[in-house]
Amino acid sequence: MRVTLTIALSGLLAVPAYAAEFDVDVQIPQMRVAEYHRPYVAVWIEGADNKAAANLAVWYQDKDTKEGHGTKWLPDLRQWWRRSGRTLDLPVDGVTGPTRPAGEHALNFDAADPRLAKLAPGQYTLVVEAVREVGGRELLKIPFTWPATAPQSGKAQGKTELGAVALTITP
Amino acid sequence: MKRSLVLALALAAALPITASAHKQWLVPSVTVVAGEGERWVTVDAAVSNDLFYPDFVPVKLDNISVIAPDGSVGKPENGATLKTRSVFDVNLAQQGTYRIANVNEGLSARWGERRAPGSKPPADPKASGSLRSVTVEELPTKIPAGAKNVEITETLSRIETFITNGEPTPVKPTGKGLELVPSTHPNDLFAGEEARFQLQLDGKPAADLEVLIVRGATRYRNAQDEIRVTSDANGEFSVTWPEPGMYWLQARAQDKNTSVKEANARRLSYVATLEVLPQ
Repeated sequence: MRVTLTIALSGLLAVPAYAAEFDVDVQIPQMRVAEYHRPYVAVWIEGADNKAAANLAVWYQDKDTKEGHGTKWLPDLRQWWRRSGRTLDLPVDGVTGPTRPAGEHALNFDAADPRLAKLAPGQYTLVVEAVREVGGRELLKIPFTWPATAPQSGKAQGKTELGAVALTITP
Repeated sequence: MKRSLVLALALAAALPITASAHKQWLVPSVTVVAGEGERWVTVDAAVSNDLFYPDFVPVKLDNISVIAPDGSVGKPENGATLKTRSVFDVNLAQQGTYRIANVNEGLSARWGERRAPGSKPPADPKASGSLRSVTVEELPTKIPAGAKNVEITETLSRIETFITNGEPTPVKPTGKGLELVPSTHPNDLFAGEEARFQLQLDGKPAADLEVLIVRGATRYRNAQDEIRVTSDANGEFSVTWPEPGMYWLQARAQDKNTSVKEANARRLSYVATLEVLPQ
């Protein structure tokens, strides 16, 4: 009985080791501008070769407007468009979603997420790019090692279109 | 007034063979787009000194073709030729790279005395003359019988630009005349990065040709800031874009490989307008 319980408990304890977490916090700053539109934002992972290794999130307007469909402005996410966007069949399940308001946005991924699980061991960069209609564009990068053997965290501070961006990896 | 416009148009058509400083160009409103079904882009076409401000004559729309990613050839839509520029629309209905090109072929002729500038007028002014944009059939009738020193030159010029909807598709050489064959896609150019291209003449590498590259917005600076590079033995050259902008690229060549037996020489010119994006 006691033996069984110990086994069961150790099994429970072992679970977190397999449920490594990959958390990204993205802050969209509040703006004091005459004309405000929510930014288009792309969050992706680049390999050491600068190629896109995984798309984590893309927020854009996926509907028709008077000026055309919302995809019309996706190339303004210049680096993301070049690295990945232009080859995608949009929308992408679990990646694309509507634009978000100013504030903190937490993106939590499980290491078992196929996008992370398929990454070959090595050096990567988390890239966050934001562009706003009649506004500016900003791109932030946070390097990390995958898979994580120890906790990792990184921060980048935007100046214009992005606020604080943080990456926390818990193995 | 009308005569000066006609003259200007004739000059524009003849431009590739003159040593004029005027630059011919096609400038799309945007080069990297996304959209399905309908995605309209407007294009300016002009000959000017300043890049890219129309200040001289428009480019005629007659020979402008729009080559879609699937190779089909279309024409400019909603075209209008204004005093100093032409404008037209292109609908990028397909996904991939569109090539918009103004290709001109022609013959020019001159005969008689070659006078140095400032020298005395010839005794018989009718003994000398020149023709532009002439056809083979017109040669015997338009050049006076008994004209001496007849020189007939074939000209072939290509002025082009590229627009990509979605994922870029390869730009395939046509195999005719002087042209740019990109290793780096012409809609994938970024400031601070090196781009590689090959010059081809009739589908073969064109070695040792000088390539002149000028960034637009010349009006807002005090120097042309020209970049000059020379193609290597394999016709290849590379350029690292110093800053973002719309760039004008030109190369010229001449040879004796005329397609018309009456012509003694052939002059070729190539111009591309390339957009370089910021990082």
